Amino acid sequence: MTPRDLHPAAWWMWALGLAAAASSTTNPFLLVLIILAACLVVIARRTEALWALSFRLYLYLAALVVLIRVLFRVVFGGVPDTVVLVQLPQIPLPDVVAGVQLLGPVTRADVLGGLYDGLRLAAIILCVGAANTLANPKRLLKSLPPALYEAGTAVIVSLSLFPQLAESVGRVRRARHLRGDAARGVGRLRRIVVPVMEDALDRSLYLAAGMDARGYGRTGTATVKERRLTGLFLLAGLIGLCVGVYGLLDATAPRALAWPFVGLGVLLAVIGFVSAGRRVQRTRYRPDPWRLAELVTVACGVAAAALVMTADVGVTYPSLDVLPQVSVPVLVAVMIGVVPAFVTPPPVLEATR
Amino acid sequence: MIELTGVTFTHDGAPAPVLRDVNVRIDEGELVLVAGRTGSGKSTLLGTLNGLTPHFTGGTMSGQVVVDGRSVRDHTPRELADLVGYVGQDPLAGFVTDVVEDELAYGMEQLGIDPQTMRRRVEETLDLLGIADLRRRALRTLSGGQQQRVAVGSVLTMHPRVLVLDEPTSALDPTAAEEVLSTLARLVDDLGLTVVLAEHRMERVIPFADRLVVVEDGSVRSGDPRDLLRDAPVAPPLVELGRLLAWDPLPLSVREARRAARGIDLPAPTEHPEPSAVPLLTARGITVTYGSKVAVREVDLDVPAGRVVTLMGRNGSGKSSLLWAIQGSGKRASGRVDVDGVDPKGSSPAQARALVGLVPQTAADLLYLESVALECAAADQQADAAAGTCRDLLDRFAPGVPDDRHPRDLSEGQRLALVLAIVLTSSPRVVALDEPTRGLDYPGKERLAEVLRHLAAEGHGVVLATHDVEFVAEVADDAVVMAEGEVVSRGAAAHVLAESPAFAPQVTKVLGPDWLTVGSVAEALA
Repeated sequence: MTPRDLHPAAWWMWALGLAAAASSTTNPFLLVLIILAACLVVIARRTEALWALSFRLYLYLAALVVLIRVLFRVVFGGVPDTVVLVQLPQIPLPDVVAGVQLLGPVTRADVLGGLYDGLRLAAIILCVGAANTLANPKRLLKSLPPALYEAGTAVIVSLSLFPQLAESVGRVRRARHLRGDAARGVGRLRRIVVPVMEDALDRSLYLAAGMDARGYGRTGTATVKERRLTGLFLLAGLIGLCVGVYGLLDATAPRALAWPFVGLGVLLAVIGFVSAGRRVQRTRYRPDPWRLAELVTVACGVAAAALVMTADVGVTYPSLDVLPQVSVPVLVAVMIGVVPAFVTPPPVLEATR
Repeated sequence: MIELTGVTFTHDGAPAPVLRDVNVRIDEGELVLVAGRTGSGKSTLLGTLNGLTPHFTGGTMSGQVVVDGRSVRDHTPRELADLVGYVGQDPLAGFVTDVVEDELAYGMEQLGIDPQTMRRRVEETLDLLGIADLRRRALRTLSGGQQQRVAVGSVLTMHPRVLVLDEPTSALDPTAAEEVLSTLARLVDDLGLTVVLAEHRMERVIPFADRLVVVEDGSVRSGDPRDLLRDAPVAPPLVELGRLLAWDPLPLSVREARRAARGIDLPAPTEHPEPSAVPLLTARGITVTYGSKVAVREVDLDVPAGRVVTLMGRNGSGKSSLLWAIQGSGKRASGRVDVDGVDPKGSSPAQARALVGLVPQTAADLLYLESVALECAAADQQADAAAGTCRDLLDRFAPGVPDDRHPRDLSEGQRLALVLAIVLTSSPRVVALDEPTRGLDYPGKERLAEVLRHLAAEGHGVVLATHDVEFVAEVADDAVVMAEGEVVSRGAAAHVLAESPAFAPQVTKVLGPDWLTVGSVAEALA
């Protein structure tokens, strides 16, 4: 296949699908398989760009999460179980915190429960990390619908402002040594904050002038009436979504409030976005194409999630006192999750810095 | 192409207008240089061409500015974006995206140009500016000259008819400035673009300019450079030389001046007693590293009392790192510094300041109080100096700076003087300055040169990093040229400057290695 960068949204949807699969199981074997699947795809398809080098950090974070989870269960354990691994002395606590047990016997249920839970969290973290590693975050922002373009630009600008701010703090801190160092506390802080803020303000104004001169925010041809209509659609969509989500989460609310309102909200919001986007006369330079490989990648994520979610509960949520089993459907789910490593075009490996 | 009729502009709350009854006509395909002293209203004038003044800056404008038939009064800058390309002073601060290619496409995306055309124009512009190999590079990793060319490219893709640039080469070393200017000259030749640019270092632009616009206290004169330069308040050394020797017509390029100088008979240059060379600061084997990058590699430096030493070299050749390292507050991987038998690195910050005082590149970083008086008082207190020390120093360097003025409202030269005064309040033995001539006009530089000569005469050692060769010719006794963190040549400034084609000042190019400045010619003739 000709090397090209896959659409960032495709990677995100695939990764979220895997994450959804991971979140609906505590089966350690299945979770480890999902983690391995994510790692395999990352290794096969990552680039050499700066954001792609961060996957290692996600691995450390995931390991830390598992460790903390298990430790937590050991320290505040107290799940009764027949098998006691280690008998630790229990530290007596005052009655105020009755129900919390500090140390005491460490049971198999404690350790395994912590391990399963930790693994699930670790798998979700790694899936998100994989998306972040595979997809250029800035290109993702560029693929936002036209109506959200302004917001996307604001995010990109603020992202690039952070290194500048750090640079200016460093510069001013160094300069501070060139004058006396007498001030303490607030005075000292002020000596750094005032020049840095002045610098940041100058830069912002400068950038704003530059963007203005380059045509940012040239208004489209929409009339006041069209603009109001768009606003109305977006607002109605938002309200519909809020009601729908409330209906979904509150079990006592009438069911009619749940899915129908979510659907209505989404529909209104989409109409609003399309109508807002239509009046934007802006084009995009080299947009990422959406082709078969993107579709397959997304389908893999969705299929993996669906297969795990509909699998036998005995498999996805094994009890703590038997060896967890894996079934054919969940194995197929993991295998589908790995498919993007082979069917997507390889990335363009070129130094971007 | 551009027509300003009776333009008067007043900032909000200002007592007097910045521009007064300006009438200028610029034809298509001209390269126009806008010159004038700092704060004379050059940037304001440039801003009126695309509506940043007054639409963005605020203020009151009367009169009419018409660009290609479109009135700036009725159009905002963003509506003029397809007609006027505007490049500000600091290219890095004006970038919206982070990769070269995206930056070139940004303006076109705003204009809604179709993707095919966009793709074609980006490729054409990459080639036109010679930056095709940089297309995927992150903007922050580019050198100053490359950044400036990308900034020019990012407005060129919109196919404007007019290009407006505010000090495009002031932060660049001579070679990078040359790159940018020859690119601009080519755009005028090949595309028939109208280019309007403001620049302090006129010597770089004058040979290319078709028209000169001189801004002086709000009034504006425009015309042929040769006529206007006879009495313009700012003039490059070449023109000063022409004025001194009463050459007619005035030479605008080195080649013209050489022809005029043929057969001229000058007396031998006046001999000046060599200032003493008692070593004051000796640095040996200075190495500065940032991670795996070596910024300065085993450099030796001597700064004798009573002499001015300049560090020269490309942007990023390690000049600043060396200054910070010898001051003691910067990084130093190895090597030692000796000032009066003490190494500033090991001593307390207060002690280090009394040994070497450093004025950093962005001098304003040292200022954080609301008024000049407060800054001076704080400096006295921090240095344990008698009250009024700093103010006296300031009055020596820049007389008449009002006590209640906010430091940010000072002119570039006054602000530099204030920071220099603050640094000198600790009465350091050696004074180090990093790029002090940034943003200074010719009279401002002359003033600074005088101050530095005085400091040297009082027995201070002075060391400065700069790539302003004309300033070096004016002030330096010794010169050290650095490249890639190493010293490539050093010696008496006159020899070092005369030897190098890139660093030779204009007067040397015309009259030969015996002459560095117009001042020395005037002195010999007197």
